[in-house]
Parts: sequence; C-alpha cells; structure tokens
Amino acid sequence: MIKGRVHSIQSLGTVDGPGVRFAVFLQGCNLRCKCCHNPDTWDIKDGTEYTAEEIVNKALRYKAYFGKEGGITLTGGEPLLQSEFAAEVFSLCRKNGINTCLDTSGSLYSQNTEKLLKVTDRVLLDIKYTNNVLYCENVGCDMERVLRFLGVLQEMSIPVTVRQVIIPTVNDTEENIEELKKITEKFSVVDKTELLPFRKICQVKYDNMGLTFPFGHLPECSPDTIDRLMALL
Amino acid sequence: MKHENWTGFNEGVWQDEINVRDFIQLNYKEYKGDGSFLAGATKRTDELMSTVQELFKKERKKGGVLDVDTDTVSSLTSYKPGYIDKEKELIFGMQTDKPLKRGVNPFGGIRMARQACAAYGYRLSDKVEDEFRFRTTHNDGVFRAYADEMRLARKSHIITGLPDAYGRGRIIGDYRRVALYGVDRLMAQKVKDKKALAEKPYIVENIRLSEELFQQITFLGYLKEMAAMYGFDISEPAKDAKEAIQWTYFAYLAAIKEQNGAAMSLGRVSTFFDIYIERDIERGILTEEGAQELMDDFVIKLRIARHLRTPEYNELFGGDPMWITESLGGMGKDGRTLVTKNTFRMLNTLYTLGSSSEPNLTVLWSESLPEGFKRFCAKVSCDTDSIQYENDDIMRPHHGDDYAIACCVSAMEVGKQMQFFGARCNLAKLLLVAINGGFDTTSGIHIGPQMPVMEGETLCFDEVMNRVDVYLEWLCKLYVNTMNVIHYMHDKYAYEKTQMALHDTEVTRFMAFGVAGFSVLADSLSAIKYAKVYPVKDELGYITDFRTEGEFPKYGNDDDRVDLIARDMAHKVITELRKTPTYRNAIHTLSVLTITSNVMYGKHTGATPDGRKAGQAFAPGANPMHNREENGALASLNSVAKIDYEDCRDGISNTFTITPEALGKTEEDRVSNLVNILDGYFSQKAHHINVNVLNRETLIKAYENPDDYPNLTIRVSGYAVNFNKLSREQQREVISRTFHESV
Repeated sequence: MIKGRVHSIQSLGTVDGPGVRFAVFLQGCNLRCKCCHNPDTWDIKDGTEYTAEEIVNKALRYKAYFGKEGGITLTGGEPLLQSEFAAEVFSLCRKNGINTCLDTSGSLYSQNTEKLLKVTDRVLLDIKYTNNVLYCENVGCDMERVLRFLGVLQEMSIPVTVRQVIIPTVNDTEENIEELKKITEKFSVVDKTELLPFRKICQVKYDNMGLTFPFGHLPECSPDTIDRLMALL
Repeated sequence: MKHENWTGFNEGVWQDEINVRDFIQLNYKEYKGDGSFLAGATKRTDELMSTVQELFKKERKKGGVLDVDTDTVSSLTSYKPGYIDKEKELIFGMQTDKPLKRGVNPFGGIRMARQACAAYGYRLSDKVEDEFRFRTTHNDGVFRAYADEMRLARKSHIITGLPDAYGRGRIIGDYRRVALYGVDRLMAQKVKDKKALAEKPYIVENIRLSEELFQQITFLGYLKEMAAMYGFDISEPAKDAKEAIQWTYFAYLAAIKEQNGAAMSLGRVSTFFDIYIERDIERGILTEEGAQELMDDFVIKLRIARHLRTPEYNELFGGDPMWITESLGGMGKDGRTLVTKNTFRMLNTLYTLGSSSEPNLTVLWSESLPEGFKRFCAKVSCDTDSIQYENDDIMRPHHGDDYAIACCVSAMEVGKQMQFFGARCNLAKLLLVAINGGFDTTSGIHIGPQMPVMEGETLCFDEVMNRVDVYLEWLCKLYVNTMNVIHYMHDKYAYEKTQMALHDTEVTRFMAFGVAGFSVLADSLSAIKYAKVYPVKDELGYITDFRTEGEFPKYGNDDDRVDLIARDMAHKVITELRKTPTYRNAIHTLSVLTITSNVMYGKHTGATPDGRKAGQAFAPGANPMHNREENGALASLNSVAKIDYEDCRDGISNTFTITPEALGKTEEDRVSNLVNILDGYFSQKAHHINVNVLNRETLIKAYENPDDYPNLTIRVSGYAVNFNKLSREQQREVISRTFHESV
C-alpha cells in the first residue's frame, strides 16, 4: 500500500466542506501563493507518513459526529500532488460510508487525479483570482489549468464549492466578484461560492521558518467587506 | 381519591398514592416542534427584571454580598415576608425579608457562620452566638469523631472539600408533590408511615427513622405556616398553573431557608408545570405570553437565591453558586419525549431575562430527542453559554424517566433516591505520596503507610503501579470511613427535614465519592510508561520534582495507550471504594468532577511526572490538561468518552470551549454542527458536557474591564458562573484553558 505524507490532522473541521469534518492536511504544494496561510505544508519531504488505511481508521473514530452532511476533507498543501494516495483514502471512505471532500487549487491533472475524482463527493475549488495576470503574478500558474479542471468536474457532475480569499487592495473589488460570478455561472456543478477573509495569523509560521510572508504588508480583510461582496453573489 | 382541583386530569394510581411520575406520564403532552411559538418578555417582566439588575449591580459593588441578617437564624418562618416589588410580582416568597439579603445558617458549624459574616464586614450577633453556645453543630460532631488519620488526610489535602463544616446539599426534594397533593395529604402519608414503622423492631435504623419522620412532619407544618405568612394556604392541591408554580416554589424556598447545602437543586419541574399550563390554556384562562411570564417570574426568584459562604468555601466552589439545577427534556420509558412547550419556555428565560448562571439548566440529551428541540438547545448554547448536556440514554436505564441532576452531574430519581455528597480525593497527590512512601512533600507530613522512597535512576511503570495499588487501598478505606463519620453527623445534627419530607420514607442512598487530578495522573503514568522519568530528590531524600525525557501519549488525543490508563484508574478507584461498607448501606458511586476546586487542588500538589509544575492548577473534572491536545476538539471528546459511566455513576464532567469561528461559518452551520457534535459524543456513551462558544479575547477583556461585562456567563465545571464572580486566580485558570480554534 502506498504511503501518503500528512502535515496534520484536525478532528473537528467545520470550515472546509459541509458539516462536521475530519480534516487531513496533506504535505506538499506545487504552488507558492503570496497569500498562503500554510507555508509549513509546502515541502513535500516533510510531514508524517500514513497509509490510507491508517487515515481511514482514524476518520472512522469520528464517524458518529458526521451526521447527514459531514465526512472527511483532504486539504493541504495540495492533495493533487498525492492523487494516488488520496484516491485510496477516498475509495476506502466510500466503502465505509464516509462522505469525501477534496480541497484543491485545481492546478494539476493526471490519470490518478481522474481516479481520485471518481471517488470524490464534493470539490472545494480555490479560484484564487479572476484573471490570468493576477494568477501569474501571485500564484505562479496559468488560470487556464484551473478552468480546465472545473470543466472536468462539470463533465463528471461533481458538486463544487468555489472559494476565493478576498485580499484587500488585490481582489476586494466589486468588479472581481462580477467576474467570479460570470465564471461560476458557466458551470452548473458549482452550487455554492464562499468568500474567505484574508488573515495574517500565519505570520508567525513564516517567521519561524525564516521566510518572508509576501502579502504580510497588506491589511486583513474585514467581515464587512466579505458581507458586502457576498451580497453581490 | 378525587379532588376538585384535579378536574380535567387523567385519572390513575397517582390519586391514591404519592406518585408524581404517574401523574406526569398520564397527563403530559409531548412537543416536537421548534421554538417559534415562544413569547417574549412582557413589560411587567422587563420592569421587574431591571429592578433586579439594579440590585445585582449594588451587590457587585459591595464586594459580592449586599446585606446580611446577623440577628436571625435562617429557618422557614424566621423572617417576615420579603418582596422585590409586591405589585409586580406573580410568584411570591423570599429567603429573608429583603431580596439578596443573606441569612445565617449555623447548623453546619457556628465557626463557619461567624467567619462568613466577618469576611464581608459583619459580626454575627450575640443573640445567635448565645443560641448556639450549648448546641452541637454538624461540624462539632464530625470533629469529635474524626480519627487522627482523617485529620491528617484533610490537612494534607489528599481528601478535601469535605462537607464537614457546611451543609452537604445534593439532595433534591420532590417539590412538585406540594403542588400536586397539597401539604395535608403529604403529612397524612408521613403520619401513616410513622405508624407502620412501629410494627417493626425498634433497632437503631427504625428508631432513627421514626425520629426523622417526626421532624419531617413538623417541618411540613412549618412549610404551611411559611406560605400562610405570604397569604397562601397550601394545604390543598394547586388549582391552576400559577398555584402549581407557587406551591412548588414555596417547597423549594423552605428547603433553602432550612439548609445551606452546597448544591440545592430544583429537580425536574418544567414538564410537570406544562400539564397545568396546558390545562389553563385549554380553559382559556392563560395565554402563551402569560405562561412565559409565570416562568419568568419563577426564574427571577431562583436567580436571587443566595447563601452566605466563607472565603475558603468560595475557593472550592467559585462564583457564589447555588446549583439550582433544573433537568430538562429527556425521553420517557415508553419512547415518548419528555420535552414539552414548557421545556422551551424554561430555556427561553435565558432570552426573556438574559443569560444567567442560575438556575443551572441541564438538558438530558438523547439521540431520540425531537430535532426542533435539539436545534433550539444548540442555539441557546451558542447565544448564552448557559446550559449543559447530560446523556439521558445512559442514565435512564439506571434511574428511570423521572430522575434529575443534583449539583452538576449527579443523577437521582426524584423523591426516591438521595445521595451523601463526598467531595473528592486528589489522585495526583496520591501518586506522589505513593512514590514517596507515605510522605506528602507539600504539607511535610507522613499521611499514609510508611515505605521507603522509590529508588532507581528512572521510575519503572510496574513498580509505580504496585505502589499506587497499595496506597489506593489505604486511601479508599480512609475516604469511605471519613464520609461515614460526616454523614452520620449530618443526619444527627443537620438533617434535611423539609427535603426528606418530600421524599418517600424508604429511600435509596448513594455515597458519592470523587476524584481530582484525573488527567494529571493519566498523563503522569503515561510519561512513566512511555518516556523516561528521572526523579529529583530534595536534601531530605524525598522526590519533589521530575525530569521527563522523550515523548509520551497524552490524554485528550484519542490515543488508547493513555486513555485506557485513565479509564482503568477510574475502575480501580471505585472497585477499591466498594470494599469498605458505608453508613446506611449507601451505594458507592464515583464522580470525575472538580467544580472550580481544580485550582485549589493544584495549588496543594507538588510537581508531577507529566511536566506539570508544583502548584499549577489541574484540569477541571475529566478534562484533558490544557493545551496538550494535538488533534483537535473531537479527539479530546473521544478520550473523555472512554471513561466508563458504569464506574463513575456520579458523573464525568467535561468542559468544552470552542470559538464561534471554529464551530461553523454561519449561525445555521454552528447550530447544525453543535447538534452533530453532541449526538456523536453521547452516542459513545459519554456522560456530560459543558458547552462554551466564545473567544479567549472576550474573557481577557472581561478580566481587564469587568464593568463592561456585568452579565458574562460561562460554563465552568458542571455549572455556569458569572465570570466576574470568580476569583482572579480562577479567572486566569479559565483563560488558560484550551479553546478549540479554527485552523
């Protein structure tokens, strides 16, 4: 059985997917977003090794809490970097009646990704910006890849929650939200859009790692801004 | 038997025997909807409540005690009637002649009464001193009979917080009986029971019971007199909802005038009242608004109940609590829920009157509770931090469907079971005393059997466990015997006459033992087993500190390696306790509950192998130690859920604090998630949980600017407190606890 690299496990996740969720933060990321709040998950060589079975056995300890909506969420890091492992985890979850949710940037695709998506109940897709200029500048990947990924989800009819972090002075405009709306409206699988406030509590992680937080100089996003922009959706 | 005030009720055996449960089962109407029918506060309620808020403010400004009557010994008829605002009140009766004025109750011990007066700048009057000069109090009796070893155990704080100088409490009178039957019928039954007793051999038990029955009958007479002083004749059954609440309240009031027990719990009255309210609504003499108003007025009365305590007492039980615990909801044996509209109304008082620490609202949770009620409770928790939850599905098989919670987590069948409260022993200290061969390094005295101090560079798990077994055997025997002395004397000198008059004559008794330092012991044993623990000795050769190298599993992470150590320790303790017989053949029970005494216990306990420093507070109840949880909130709940309720029939307390952000993004999400968390936790046979949904920052702000947060209520350990009423030390400990945050 293939082993996966895990950064950490949170037994009570309520912000990454519907209901009460067992959240597994996978180690390793292909992107270097300037707003990233988990720089400690970047290095693919870090973390603790687990088999899919070990992860699912742990998740089963919390099944009683999941209710009708909850389940497991694989997040990170970028779970698609470990698609094969993630697919094994989700297959086992399906066998055990645990709802599966994948939190991803949608910036990678391989045969294993397809295997993974076949056993995924919902995707939380980060559409980080609504134009390619900002994508190239602040994420380091082509936006087209993400849209293609969304296209695959549409074809496979996997429900999608689109998420975007709202960063003051970068994408906190009404125009941006209009653009985001245009994108999501094209894909009927998107049944929910969430705007998340940019926060800087991760500054200490950057400090500990001796790294500069690229967006450390920007202000945090206020709840009012989120409310105002959410109203446009 | 028939009575005109019972017209409209379904008939049953309850008419011919004292049987409130039968009356409830035959007459209540279950409610499966949501809270949308509820009414808000009326103008009258708002006005009355603002008068009360003013009084609370004055009380706070005066350092926590508004006034003390130092001339009168508290009893049922010793004060003139008192009122908040006679014109506006609906339910009448006050502990003394003025709201928030405290009475003195020296029956537990005159010294305590004296000290309590002095602590707030008062002097116990010569009149009261004279009255008690030639009178034996409970406290006098206990100290006459204590063995030397018991005094040492007390002095070293290995057994502490014992009710040997104050009322033991934790007894719930079936106050509903007064409403359903009227006092005369209850008296007649007791007279009959006393006559029947004369047929039995007059040996100690029966002579004692006969005298107790005499006292019970006398006090039922006083109860009638007390009500008459307020202009009510309660000899006959209540004729409507207002009277039912009033009669029941008079019975409770009589109990708290007579006794200053630590916990004076109310029982399970809401669904009982619902039957009267429904009848009145059907008759067209009461509206929803009127029903809420009656409950509001009743609850206002409960919120102003007070006892006079000493500073030492407050150190154990912080925040001036009365534990007026009301048990809500639950399921019946026949599968119907016991939730009624009035269960909602009781919770609704947290909105109509604002959040509050009293009454101690306790939801008996079952998987089968109606969804609307579950969601309403979760919403109330998110909004007010004022309620706690206990597992009806594991208590009902033991106590039936008419039990209630006394204090925080102690279940007993109302009017049929009672308990002898026994505070707790300190398991973390026990470990240290075992390692040191009977010597307590904190107090500097030998308290147990003498053995050599443990040798070796590191502590060996098996050797330590052998030692723990030896000392546990010693401690448990001593603990049971100490409790036997206390409760013998309490029965003799401070018997609960009113409350026991509202019980069946033949009752089942529990003797409720407790443990503190539970998670410290589990983590310490885990450290000894899985890491290397180097003992550090002082100049006298006693082990006073530890150097722990390496990793070890910590309780609170859903790791069986340590969680099962915790579970096994609870099993060992109760098994050992059961070996020593109890006074009045009480059934041994055990709780993992500390109230706020975890701070005081920690203060008197040296450094422990888990890395806890000398003097540092323990975690409360069965909680994992602060900030040792690595896998989040549910892992912590899973660990606590492993402690077996069958071993800890007096309750396993867990206080859970989560930030709103970590519970969910929207109010809707938070409510759903909390319901799922409660269902998940209790489906694993966990027993109790206090839920706080708040941010640490709020508490820090309240710590710094108390005046800005006069009504901040939080759940601590089986009860709720007004944060401002805790000592600074207790407040700091609460702030330092684990807050489950979002990641």
